Amino acid sequence: MLVVSVYRYNPEKDSAPYMQEFNIDTKGADVMVLDVLSMIKEQDNTFAYRRSCREGVCGSDGMNMNGKNGLACITPLSEVVTADKLVIRPLPGLPVIRDLVVDMSLFYKQYERIKPYLLNDTPAPAIERLQAPEDRDKLDGLYECILCACCSTACPSFWWNPDKFVGPSGLLQAYRFLIDSRDTQTRERLSELDDPFSVFRCRGIMNCVSVCPKGLNPTKAIGHIRDMLLRNAT
Amino acid sequence: MVTNVTNFGRSGLSDWLLQRFSAVVLALYSVFIVGYFLTTSDLDYAQWSGFFQQTWVRIFTFLTILSIAAHAWIGLWTISTDYIKPTGIRFVFQAVCNLALFTYVVWGVQVLWGA
Repeated sequence: MLVVSVYRYNPEKDSAPYMQEFNIDTKGADVMVLDVLSMIKEQDNTFAYRRSCREGVCGSDGMNMNGKNGLACITPLSEVVTADKLVIRPLPGLPVIRDLVVDMSLFYKQYERIKPYLLNDTPAPAIERLQAPEDRDKLDGLYECILCACCSTACPSFWWNPDKFVGPSGLLQAYRFLIDSRDTQTRERLSELDDPFSVFRCRGIMNCVSVCPKGLNPTKAIGHIRDMLLRNAT
Repeated sequence: MVTNVTNFGRSGLSDWLLQRFSAVVLALYSVFIVGYFLTTSDLDYAQWSGFFQQTWVRIFTFLTILSIAAHAWIGLWTISTDYIKPTGIRFVFQAVCNLALFTYVVWGVQVLWGA
């Protein structure tokens, strides 16, 4: 029998958040954490969490499982459970709307700030902007980000300054557009990042790398942005 | 772009670069001064004073003092903007740090070039 302790908070009814325990019988199967959440939902249908694709593509069910952020849908119990106990909390650092549902406004605001789309001031071609295969290869390890927020909410620099520090997820995307051969606004993009918070608040502790469910490396991308800033300014 | 007026060099890049440059200076000076102690036997006041009479030792030492001031300003400013959220308290903390560092620099000049 698995004992699952989940974070509960309904601001309309509860004066403070609390942890609630559920006994879950998985019949010995190594199911995903998301399956366990749906079993809890069967016991108590007031329990709230986000989910959609249930296969690690949409990034809706990012949460903190036994102390580590990840996607509930692709995290098997065998990967997180110790001593038949599982503690599930919402992503750390973001305001809780209800139970495991967090307000991601600040996370999206930082993403919006880096202008996550191609900017090109040359006339649009008749069909499409072409890219050499080797230039396309540079986007590998960057474009795969699904914005689940597991990395940014595992980052202390983002906890302390979510309004100023872009965060690992946003910076990974910033680099994805800085390095894109079809983008012509590299200088302008860099000048937007040259302050003590946006990029430089990263202290390189690499929590982002350790939790990314897609195996991406935001710290490396941040290093590349620093190099570009340095080359641009010296 | 996030605007700041209390950090060292206005730009995140210059602060970052200076933090690394000053760290290298501090590391070199540490090796230098520890090496001096290890290689000098029976160190007395005359020898110590004579060592600091050399212009290059004074310049290196003063560069180190400036490096401490810059390194500490950038580091403590960063810590204060992470952990001290009320603006008034943060501002006072930064002012006290900067005053102390300024004092160290002036004091350092006095020690190095004073009588």
